[in-house]
Amino acid sequence: MLARSEQTDPSAAAIATPPRKSWLGHVRYVLVSNPVTLFAFSLLLLILTAALIGPYIVPYDPLATLPGQQLKPPSWQHWFGTDQLGRDIFSRVVVAARLDLMLSVAAVALSFVIGSALGSVAGYYGGWVETVVGRVCDTIMAFPLFVLAMGIVAALGNTIENIIYATAIINLPFYARMARAEVSIRRNAGFVQAARLTGNGDWRILALQVFPNALPPMMVQVSLNLGWAILNAAGLSFIGLGVRPPTPEWGIMVAEGANYIISGEWWVALFPGLALMLAVFTFNLLGDGLRDIVDPQRRT
Amino acid sequence: MDTQAATAEIPSVTQPLLEVSNLTVEFATRNGTVTAVRKVDLVVAKGETVGIVGESGSGKSVTSYAVMRILDRAGRIAQGTISFSGIPLHDAREDTMLDLRGREISMIFQNPRAALNPIRRVGRQIEDVLVRHSQATSQNAKVKAIELLKLVRINDPEGRYHAYPFELSGGMCQRVVIAIALACQPRLLIADEPTTGLDVTTQKTVMDLVADLTRERQMSTILITHDLGLAAQYCDRIVVMQKGDVVETATAAQIFEAPTHDYTKRLMRATPRPGIAIRDLLPEDQARAAIELPARTPGAEPILSVRDLVKEYPRAGGNLLAKFGPKKEKAAAPAFRAVDGISFDVGVGESVGLVGESGCGKSTTSSMVMRLLDQTSGAILFDGVDIAKLPAKAFAMHPLRAKLQMVFQDPTDSLNPRFTAFRAIADPLYRLGGVTSTDEARARVDALADDVGLPRALLDRFPHQLSGGQKARVGIARAIALSPKLLILDEPTAALDVSVQAVVLNLLVDLKARLGMSYLFVSHDLHVVRLLCDRVIVMKGGCIVEAGETEAVMTAPSNAYTRELLSAAPHAPL
Repeated sequence: MLARSEQTDPSAAAIATPPRKSWLGHVRYVLVSNPVTLFAFSLLLLILTAALIGPYIVPYDPLATLPGQQLKPPSWQHWFGTDQLGRDIFSRVVVAARLDLMLSVAAVALSFVIGSALGSVAGYYGGWVETVVGRVCDTIMAFPLFVLAMGIVAALGNTIENIIYATAIINLPFYARMARAEVSIRRNAGFVQAARLTGNGDWRILALQVFPNALPPMMVQVSLNLGWAILNAAGLSFIGLGVRPPTPEWGIMVAEGANYIISGEWWVALFPGLALMLAVFTFNLLGDGLRDIVDPQRRT
Repeated sequence: MDTQAATAEIPSVTQPLLEVSNLTVEFATRNGTVTAVRKVDLVVAKGETVGIVGESGSGKSVTSYAVMRILDRAGRIAQGTISFSGIPLHDAREDTMLDLRGREISMIFQNPRAALNPIRRVGRQIEDVLVRHSQATSQNAKVKAIELLKLVRINDPEGRYHAYPFELSGGMCQRVVIAIALACQPRLLIADEPTTGLDVTTQKTVMDLVADLTRERQMSTILITHDLGLAAQYCDRIVVMQKGDVVETATAAQIFEAPTHDYTKRLMRATPRPGIAIRDLLPEDQARAAIELPARTPGAEPILSVRDLVKEYPRAGGNLLAKFGPKKEKAAAPAFRAVDGISFDVGVGESVGLVGESGCGKSTTSSMVMRLLDQTSGAILFDGVDIAKLPAKAFAMHPLRAKLQMVFQDPTDSLNPRFTAFRAIADPLYRLGGVTSTDEARARVDALADDVGLPRALLDRFPHQLSGGQKARVGIARAIALSPKLLILDEPTAALDVSVQAVVLNLLVDLKARLGMSYLFVSHDLHVVRLLCDRVIVMKGGCIVEAGETEAVMTAPSNAYTRELLSAAPHAPL
């Protein structure tokens, strides 16, 4: 097997080419070599644009009710139609991107930082730290996660911060477990021993030598998780926990629109639902591309 | 280049068993098509053992994979024919190959542990192959499997039948793999580096076993190896490959007496063997290093004195309850002594070889001396300070840390895949060398790269963009960055090709002379130790069985185990 990989190793050919490519050049290389990644990044760009400048470019105020325009189907005036209060659905879908994205990014960032810190320490030191972190994760995982999030929001109060905390807590075990596994297989690697010989203490080795090597698989997890966190936040809003009307948010909009599907006004629920689907789809596609970008083995 | 293949003498046999002609194998990679094997001709007669010798990337394994038709998805046979006793294999259907593999042609792989299924008992794995090729029924499979285990000389075959691969040693696992390969009495056996990673004494028994069995059964064998000595000892004919081409084919005697191709000559020259000096390993045309080897200064002050060093491990596999039970029970379990009270000295400017087979405690000893591992008892005097008193954890920041460095066995594993070569070499300078500015680090690392012969342009590369020899140089540069007084070399060339090994060994000798370091050279390869070391220590089972001047120990060993080691090491008849 070894000899075979030597034969197919692309790096052998790369030796001939000059190294030292800029980081941006590397990103461009990854994007060009994989059209799916390029597509995912374009979609991400679209969502990010909506989140950043959406409120300034939308044709209508997302909260303004237009008299006499209730439940109008999609038209040139209102691309996605209007809802039961006569608000422009297109404007509301675009403006909602910021809130939904913020919720998921904050929740995932929180669980990534805390989870990977706990998991790395557990994986590196082992012993009782590992036992405690492992059992805490098991305990969290033992609950149906969405029900746990509902419980947390219901107990802490119906605010945006609490949705973030709830989403972060239910995602924490995934990061902790993954970081533990990735770190513990590397804690006795040769380069760790070598780092010890060059005067690095345990914490330095963990932070600078071991943890960065665990990043590529965790990036995939982050990306998948972002989509999942958006769904989770929208789900909480859908059942009436979390974001409250009239704030534009995809989950509530679907919840409100659901009542009108039966009477034929399908557009009220469809478009925010599509937006939600697109966001989740984007983040799922993004995972592989992100891994390629953070993995130095691809930087040939 | 490849026309010389025709000059080989083929034993007078009417029809060859295997005939490969004009074989070209290509791999589709991200950077276009790579030709791994180019127009190779190979003939194996019945009952003949043919050695394919070459360094990594020479295409020797790919050739055998092509014969077995187990090239991976990216590889394809672009040209040429493979005929096995009249059956064309190059375009055979997959179901034909399924019948042939294991019954007519079998293979022994490099890593026996990886070749065995870890969660199936070894006896069952032998039965699988028997049943697949209808050589046994479920009633008599067990009896036949035990017969096979007996055939490969495994003690207590009835008991071993039930063993899992992890319960067996490397040599035992390789015997099981051989038993599986021979189960259906194949006519052709392909052994791909069958003994790499095994100890020399194990290597000898495994290779003798293969040779005996193939002779008894009139089997043909293809032995793929990087070790010329091994090929010389066990092969009738040898095929030398380089970068996908066959450069020379001749009988074993011919090839060693009168090699015709330059590459063969270079390969032979680079192979460590008795009776030569370290400079003889380098190609003739290459400029010899300017520095003459300094004469040794005998009786120098010891830089390192190890006294009664012991490392004990609690016995594994005991009662789990005992672990949590009363203290009395814990103390009752006898500990395993990996290192059993050894004492030795390393003088200033001296190189001492620490030799032994796997499990003899040589790596444990070097880890303790290096302060990566705490000893159970004993003293380690380094430069007059008993560093054994300092716990391994606290030693990382100790001023003596810089004076005691190590070159690791596997250059790939010992470099952080996310650090460039520059960062790997600069790390000790920043941490212990008092270097603070980037410019200063740049200058020092450039100088170190020059010292070890690493082109400066490669400093910005990641380990996976470097070759094995270049990675070894990065590891050496990192180790000498702080001008250590004692360098421990843990099999620094075990993962390298012989021609690269020759260069790296010479580099180590030059560096030692220039920087006035002492070496503790841990190795299993006696030929390499002979070239590099002034004194040698032979370890077995955690104890020192023999120690003395290298020449004395090598030419007139007093201990039976040392004699066994020396006789088991294969060497080219030069």
